[in-house]
Amino acid sequence: MKRKEMVAMLLAGGQGKRLKSLTRNLAKPAVYFGGTYRIIDFPLSNCANSGIDTVGVLTQYEPLVLHSYIGVGSDWDLDRKNGGVFVLPPYEREDGTTWYRGTADAIFRNLKFIEQYNPEHVLILSGDHIYKMNYDRMLQYHKEKNADCTISVVNVSMEEATRFGILNTEDDLRIYEFEEKPAQPKSTLASMGVYIFRWEMLREYLLMNVRNPDTTHDFGKDIIPLMLEENRTLYAYPFEGYWKDVGTVQSLWEGNMDLLSEHPKLDLNDPDWRIYTRNPNQPAQYIAPLAKVSNCMINEGCRVYGEVRQSVLFYGVEVGEGSVITDSVIMPKVKIGRNVTIHRAIVTENMVIPDGSVIGPQGEDDSEIRLISEEEADVSPEATGSH
Amino acid sequence: MKSMIGVINLDHELDVLSELTYFRCGAAVPFAGRYRLIDFVMSNMMHSGVEDIALFVRRKYRSLLDHLGEGGPWDLDRKRGGLFILPPDWNDPSDVSIGEMQHIYNNLDFFERGPAPHIVYSGSQHLGSVDFSAAYEYHIQQGADVTLIYSTPEELLPEHRPCVRLDVAEDGRVTDIHHEQDNRNIYMEMFIMEKNLFLQLVNQCIAHQESHVFRDAIQKNRHKLKIAAYQHTGYHAVINSLESYYRNSLELLNPDTFHALFDPQPVLTKIKYEVPAKYLEGAQVNHSLVANGCQIDGQVENSILFRGVKVKEGARIHNSIIMQKCVIEEGVVLENVILDKDVRITAGIKLQGDVRKPYVVAKDTVI
Repeated sequence: MKRKEMVAMLLAGGQGKRLKSLTRNLAKPAVYFGGTYRIIDFPLSNCANSGIDTVGVLTQYEPLVLHSYIGVGSDWDLDRKNGGVFVLPPYEREDGTTWYRGTADAIFRNLKFIEQYNPEHVLILSGDHIYKMNYDRMLQYHKEKNADCTISVVNVSMEEATRFGILNTEDDLRIYEFEEKPAQPKSTLASMGVYIFRWEMLREYLLMNVRNPDTTHDFGKDIIPLMLEENRTLYAYPFEGYWKDVGTVQSLWEGNMDLLSEHPKLDLNDPDWRIYTRNPNQPAQYIAPLAKVSNCMINEGCRVYGEVRQSVLFYGVEVGEGSVITDSVIMPKVKIGRNVTIHRAIVTENMVIPDGSVIGPQGEDDSEIRLISEEEADVSPEATGSH
Repeated sequence: MKSMIGVINLDHELDVLSELTYFRCGAAVPFAGRYRLIDFVMSNMMHSGVEDIALFVRRKYRSLLDHLGEGGPWDLDRKRGGLFILPPDWNDPSDVSIGEMQHIYNNLDFFERGPAPHIVYSGSQHLGSVDFSAAYEYHIQQGADVTLIYSTPEELLPEHRPCVRLDVAEDGRVTDIHHEQDNRNIYMEMFIMEKNLFLQLVNQCIAHQESHVFRDAIQKNRHKLKIAAYQHTGYHAVINSLESYYRNSLELLNPDTFHALFDPQPVLTKIKYEVPAKYLEGAQVNHSLVANGCQIDGQVENSILFRGVKVKEGARIHNSIIMQKCVIEEGVVLENVILDKDVRITAGIKLQGDVRKPYVVAKDTVI
């Protein structure tokens, strides 16, 4: 096999409990975002656009949709003769059957996959963030710094810093300390969960980690702290663009709303950095004579007879006459009847909202986002599967 | 189900859509916001289980090649069979075939290698969600030599004028083929025939220096052949003039018409990775079809916007068809207009056509 400079490993096995019923039967990376995408489209498109043509996708939780969605990778131009995208679920071996026990364990169990390409560097990604990033630039930085590991970071506010893995660095961005969700953050540089390791070095640490009985098999909790302890060269790579962890109902909603301004921080309409996705093949959207649409994103296959403001509609959504949808995210193939009011809600795939329903807070001050799915709502989903 | 191989013959189709066909053949003309005319027959063949398709082209087929590629969207990028685009490149000095017959004579390999015993033959100007597998079953059941597909529109329109008409007897047999204008059975330029018989008739035509497959192989032999007629019900539009293009496009704004074309089965087309359409603060959009990638801050009414169109603040678009990636700047007024791809209308310009005769702006123009 031809040697690769860098191979990407995308961690996509997480359940994402905080997304409640959105991930009841769906791995978090397969959750819908932005009117037409799934979360995993972002790291996969970033890889394709950064010139990384070999990507292992590590799956575990509810893999069916994710596996069939990725397919042979042609939607992201990752169907290659040498390299391409590989779905890597846990598997049974002679020494027994275990699930991936943590992020580091997941990579360890796929040593053979990586070794086929004998890469100089390995890029570790997670499948739950929305951002556009050129990993090749990060690699150049990693090489310039001659680092053993480079961790990409964003600057967050002091209050937010308590939710993230925080990196404390010297002035030249060399990392001397990593704190997971610190109560008293010393800095505001939060890890994006994007790591580049020198493969030789990582391999050593993975082998060490697996022999250690006292480990959680996690990059953030075990591998990085140990490397710091042993005085390895770790650098922070500052990332400037839009980055959003869409791991909660609230943040998923916010991420969608962020797209609605005239010049959003995350520009999805950039011909030089397309976000690729599987095309649902729907005809153009129909906006009826009495419809009103403003400040919204609407996908093909939608039929809008009512009013839609400050909302994101995925493909194949129908909005009946007299209905008013505001500040909401409506996922694929939802059928909204007549005279329905939906405000500050996320409505999941295939739901049927009966005529006259009122969903979401109607007062000014309620900030909660309602999640409308089979389980949360007294409305029934249509008995059809997803595409 | 390998019952039929497909032939899409564009040879005899004239480039009649004025500015829209200056640089492309009729089959490549964009339609309904994100499709091209060829997509409809391609999708119909795909849904009917046709796994080998030959496309006979002669002129202005560059954009068609670009659109069709290897046939991926129609699942025709196969190791065996799939899509064969067969341009006119033939150098046999002993070849005496002329006209459409040249394509068949010079591509006999395609017919011989295709495993299916029947062929389905079609043009690209008749749009509809035609079920060729139902027509095939009908063909077999009728024990016909050839089955012609036709539809019977409620109202005869100007674009039906050049269409061939069929006299259909009660048992479903065709008794005559002609151009009598008061007959409403419009032949859709699609037929099904056994491959061997087809090749036999073609050979006869070549031997007699005949040039036109339908006219010379079928119409002239109408009293010798058992010809069945399969009636297509549902959506049928003929796109053979700018006026018919414009009127049939805008008729898709009627939800019933739209359902009739798009709901029976999906229509597939080349994939573009566009973002969903975005409506800004100033958007006032009514009674319109809008494709992805559009960004609208102005007024759009009774119109079709293709992928990636920008409508800036204060612009007004009425009764118009705006193709891919056009930019309509501030304060522009467009009424009864067709803009081909990549047209930019600069701020404050007003263009007005007539409902019966839209004003057309050719590709890549800046006004």
